[in-house]
Amino acid sequence: MSSGEMFLVGDITGDLEKKGCRAGFGDALLELAEDMPELVVLTGDLADSTRVAPFAAAHPSRFFDMGVAEQNMMGVAAGLAIGGKVPFLTSYATFSPGRNWDQFRVSVAYTEANVKVVGAHAGLSVGPDGATHEALEDIAIVRVLPGVTVVVPCDYEQARLATHALAHHRGPDYIRFGRENTPVFTTPRTPFELGRAQVYRDGSDVTIVGCGPLVHEALLAASQLAEEGISARVVNSHTVKPLDVETIVRCAEETGAIVSVEEHQVTGGLGGAIAEALARNRPTPMEFVGMPDSFGESGKAGELLEKWGLTAPSITRKVRAVLARKASVLTT
Amino acid sequence: MKVEEDRAATSLGAGPQLTDERQLALAANRVRQNIVEMLCAAGSGHSGGPLGMADVFTTLYFGVLNIDPHDPARPDRDRVLLSNGHICPVWYAVLAERGYFPTSELNTLRQLGTRLQGHTHIGEPPGVENSSGPLGQGLSQGVGLALAARLDKERWRTHVMLSDGEHNEGQIWEAILFAGAHRLANLTAWIDRNYIQIDGDTEDVLPVGSLAEKYRAFNWHVLEIDGHNHRAIIDAAAHASAIGDRPTVVVCHTIPGKGVDFMERDYRWHGIPPNREQADEALKQLRRQQVALEEGR
Repeated sequence: MSSGEMFLVGDITGDLEKKGCRAGFGDALLELAEDMPELVVLTGDLADSTRVAPFAAAHPSRFFDMGVAEQNMMGVAAGLAIGGKVPFLTSYATFSPGRNWDQFRVSVAYTEANVKVVGAHAGLSVGPDGATHEALEDIAIVRVLPGVTVVVPCDYEQARLATHALAHHRGPDYIRFGRENTPVFTTPRTPFELGRAQVYRDGSDVTIVGCGPLVHEALLAASQLAEEGISARVVNSHTVKPLDVETIVRCAEETGAIVSVEEHQVTGGLGGAIAEALARNRPTPMEFVGMPDSFGESGKAGELLEKWGLTAPSITRKVRAVLARKASVLTT
Repeated sequence: MKVEEDRAATSLGAGPQLTDERQLALAANRVRQNIVEMLCAAGSGHSGGPLGMADVFTTLYFGVLNIDPHDPARPDRDRVLLSNGHICPVWYAVLAERGYFPTSELNTLRQLGTRLQGHTHIGEPPGVENSSGPLGQGLSQGVGLALAARLDKERWRTHVMLSDGEHNEGQIWEAILFAGAHRLANLTAWIDRNYIQIDGDTEDVLPVGSLAEKYRAFNWHVLEIDGHNHRAIIDAAAHASAIGDRPTVVVCHTIPGKGVDFMERDYRWHGIPPNREQADEALKQLRRQQVALEEGR
C-alpha cells in the first residue's frame, strides 16, 4: 500500500505539466479507433470542446453530430448499442446527463445498453459560464441508476486509461471531466482498474478520499498536514460506482477518520457514496469537501474553487475538524 | 385452462406469412380477444390503444416482417420497436399468436415475476426489441438501430411503433429532424393516429394537427392509411421499402378500442382495463365478429 507502486510524478508539489482530462479522452478515442471498428462517437454540437473533433476528422463515417438535441442523442446511442456498436456520446454534463436523464434511465440503463456517456465541463471550475453550466449534481443523478458505472478520472493520463477501460467494459457507463487544464500527476505507468481505489499516499491519522483533479489538491493538503505532524492517507476513488468498499472500509479501520473531496455537491456524490458504505460497514467520523448545497456563479476557475472551499487549505481545515471528532469519539 | 387450450389450438404459430385478408382479420380478432382477457386478468392497463393497433401489429408480424419466431435473435431479422410502451399488450398478444411464446403466458401480464411487464423490458419475452415506457423515446432508439444497420450495410429494416399523443414530447421532434436530415431510408415509423390520449381527444389536449404535413416538412416520405385495412398495411410496408432516399412514416388512422362498441373512440378507455362483466361483453362482441369472419360474411 505504498504510494511508490502508483508511479506518480516525483515531486507532487512541483511545477507540473497541465493538461485537460478531456484531452486524454480524445486521445484515447483515436488510439482505440483502429482496433475497435464498432466504436462510434456522437456529440451534441460540442465536437471541439469535448475533444472528439480529431476522431471526427479521422473517422467521419463513425461520427455523428446530433445537434443540440441531447435527449435524442441518448436514445440514438441506445439504438446503436442495441445494434452492436459501442457509442460514446459527449456533451456538457449539465446537458447530458442533466437534460436527458430519463433517456439515460430507460433507453440506456434499464435496457443495459452498452453506451458510454461522457459529461464534459463538469464542476465549478467551468468558471465564467456561471451556475447554469456548472454541473455539480451529475454524479448524484447517475449514481442512483442501477447497473451504471461512474468514473471520475483525476488527470489527463487517467482519463486516457479510463476511456480505454470503459471502451472494453460491457454495460452503461458515465465518465466525467472538467474543462480546465489540471496538473498531470499520474504517469503512463500508473495502473488503472475500474472499481479499484488507489492509495496515492500512505498515512495513519486520517484518510482523504477524492475523485477528479481535486485529488491533486488532496495530495497538496497531505503534504501541508505532514508539516504539522498529521499523517494523512490519500486515496483516489476514481470509480464512484461501484465503490471500492473494501478499500474505503479498510482505510476507515486503519485511520479512524475520513474526508471526502470532490467538485460536486456534498450530497449524493462520492462523499454520499462513502458515507453510505461506512454507515453500513464501519461508522466513522467523516467530513465532506464539496459544494455546500449551493449553486455556483461566474468567475475564474481558481477564484471559484477558493471561494467555495475546494482547495488544499479547505481540505486541511476539514481534516483538522474530523480529527477533533475522532478524538472526542475515542475519549467518550 | 380450457380457454387457453382452445387458444393454443387455434393459434397460427410460426407458420409462413399470411397475405389472405380474411386470415389476417381472424388472427387480429384472436389477438383482440386475448388482449381483453389479459387486461381483465391484470386488473390494470390500457385498452384503447392495443385494440386499435391489433390490425397493424398482426399484419406486420404475419404478413410483412422478415422474422423467425423460433430464432428471435436471428441477425438478419427486421426489428420492431415500440415507442408508446403502454400499448404493449397488443405486442405481447401478437408475439404469442405468432409463436414466440405460449399464449398461456399472456394472462401473467403485470403480475409479479412475469416477463410481460406493464411497460416493456428488452428481451422479455423474446421478440420484444426495446424497453419502453416514458413516451417519446422509441423513435430515437429506432434511429440508432437504423444507423447501425446502415453502418454495417445490413438489409434489415427498423420499424418503430408510435402514438399520436406522444408527439407532444419534444424528443420525438429531435428524432424526426435527425432521421429526415440523415435520409434514413431503412426506417419506417407507424403512427397510431387514434385521436385520443389520457386526458381527452388529442386535438383538445394539445392539438397535433396534420402529422403528414409536419413529417413532410422534416423530409420524410409520408403515407396515410386506414389502420384496419390489412391490404393497405401490407402495401404501405412494401411502398416504404421501395423508398430509397428518406425514412417513411405511415400515419395509421385507427379507431381506439376497435371491435368493442362501448370502448370505440372513447378516450376514457385509453388507460383502463375492462372489469369481468365488461370483458365478457367485449368477448361476446369479438366472438360474433369471429364467427362472421369464419362464415365469410
